[in-house]
Amino acid sequence: MLSEQNLKKIEDLKKSYPTTQALVLPVLWMVQEEHGYISEDSMKYVAGLLNVSFGHVLGVVTFYTMFHSKPIGKHHLEVCTNVSCMLRGSDKIVAYLEKRLGIGLGQTSKDKKWTLSEVECMGSCGTAPMLAVGEEYYENLTEEKLDRTIAELERK
Amino acid sequence: MEKYILPDIPGLHKIDVYESHGGYKAFRKALDMKPEEVTDEVKKSGLRGRGGACFPTGLKWTFMPKQTTKPKYLCVNGDESEPGTFKDRQIFEFNPHLLIEGTLIGAYAMGITTSFIYIRGEYGKWIRMLEKALADAYAKGYVGTNILGTSFSTTIIIHKGAGAYICGEESSLMNSIEGMRGYPRIKPPFPAQFGLWGYPTTINNVETMSNVPLILNNGWEWYSKIGAAKHPGPILVGVSGHVNKPGVYELPTGVPLLEIIYKHAGGVPGDKKIKAVIPGGSSTMIMRGDQLEGACMDAESLKAAGSSVGTAGLIVMDEDTDLIRVITRISMFYYHESCGQCTPCREGTGWLWKILKRFEKGEGRSGDIDLLMDIANNIEGNTICALGDAAAWPVQSMIRRFRDEFEKRVEPAPARVEQEAAA
Repeated sequence: MLSEQNLKKIEDLKKSYPTTQALVLPVLWMVQEEHGYISEDSMKYVAGLLNVSFGHVLGVVTFYTMFHSKPIGKHHLEVCTNVSCMLRGSDKIVAYLEKRLGIGLGQTSKDKKWTLSEVECMGSCGTAPMLAVGEEYYENLTEEKLDRTIAELERK
Repeated sequence: MEKYILPDIPGLHKIDVYESHGGYKAFRKALDMKPEEVTDEVKKSGLRGRGGACFPTGLKWTFMPKQTTKPKYLCVNGDESEPGTFKDRQIFEFNPHLLIEGTLIGAYAMGITTSFIYIRGEYGKWIRMLEKALADAYAKGYVGTNILGTSFSTTIIIHKGAGAYICGEESSLMNSIEGMRGYPRIKPPFPAQFGLWGYPTTINNVETMSNVPLILNNGWEWYSKIGAAKHPGPILVGVSGHVNKPGVYELPTGVPLLEIIYKHAGGVPGDKKIKAVIPGGSSTMIMRGDQLEGACMDAESLKAAGSSVGTAGLIVMDEDTDLIRVITRISMFYYHESCGQCTPCREGTGWLWKILKRFEKGEGRSGDIDLLMDIANNIEGNTICALGDAAAWPVQSMIRRFRDEFEKRVEPAPARVEQEAAA
């Protein structure tokens, strides 16, 4: 389920925290990074690995917005629509992406390439409007910049 | 004013550059002092928390038990998720060693064995930057065992969140580190008595900790003279919305809001009038454009103006802004981020959003304005944590200060009756 490298990392992390339960978030991150999402089987695996209940892991996964319990598209496009971005035209960014990708908010394209989401404030208020794809922030967006971004992602 | 938190020094994020500009000197100085002397220095400086509550930092540190055999923890809050706030991110990117140094000084002052820097999961890129800086600090012997040849040992661990605004609430943050859902805890007991894993814990904001080295380097008297007397120091003001030059500006506290907007952020595009301002992140009470004269970015001044400093995330809205859309979006945020523990917040935030959506469509009903106020009043003060208050205040202040905006969106009664009859 997890790479040797991550399993070793987990052993190291155990030394830093007084309980194994504290590793639930770090280990779930590893699972998601390796598999793209956190399946029920993965949750059971994490529960066994850290000696907590499956229910506990399920509770954590469903609590945090960034954990996905279902597969998502190859590129997850997250557009902030909170106030600062809204004031600088995030609705136009959403509309453009919807048209361009042929999917609505919360949807994944049929070819599983794109998932489009509306997200809460990402801390990009001074460079609004913005879009996050994975760890990358695309800021001060315009339609031209969106085209370039999509083209860049398409090549990946 | 000179910049201390985010000075214009190229490559300051690198440890060598940081050291060549006096970096880690404050920590060395602290190590030569008694821990309680360090706390006293911070206390006398007047530094107040930069996370929103403006609580005196030094005083908070004194709450930690001195004589105890239990482990003690420090949590540095970098969950930065308050809408309109993007300051801690600049510290991670441009001056991460200042944060590490401040954390080390705090750890020394309080006798902390382990500090956790909790950073929101969305900041993956910035987490990597801080990880690099921390690895360098370990390599240079500033963190770890027998630091710089002294008997002091302490570790720092970066802990990544996973997308939950509520984890910026201190007790929720601790539960998140413990590997649980981020549910806030009932207080008392307070973290200094019963924190992480039940042990004494202090939680301080990233920007707060980044102020600590300045105090040690220059002395409390120097620090206390910067900005507003009762709320001194440099403050990172994030300006967003309808301004020509949005961004983070390091300014002394007490700077007039109009100066921030017009002098630093370049004024409003198209020279439009300011309709409204949210001074410190979406949880703080909205102010009318005509209330800005004389209002300054410090706790006392903004309290007098009927709002608060919050995270100093200033959101500017010009005269053409649809404020009903603004408040509907804010309410959607709190509904989404309510953890669901307390009924008034879990249900109330949803009701506020639902009713506000009617106004957004121009379908407000007579009585809806009072209903919104009634719901907000019943959330405020009736929840475990301050998220409930944070959801109520924007609605209350928006109605109090822009009631006409709501009234314009109330559908005349007969039209609705006809529609309902037709349906």
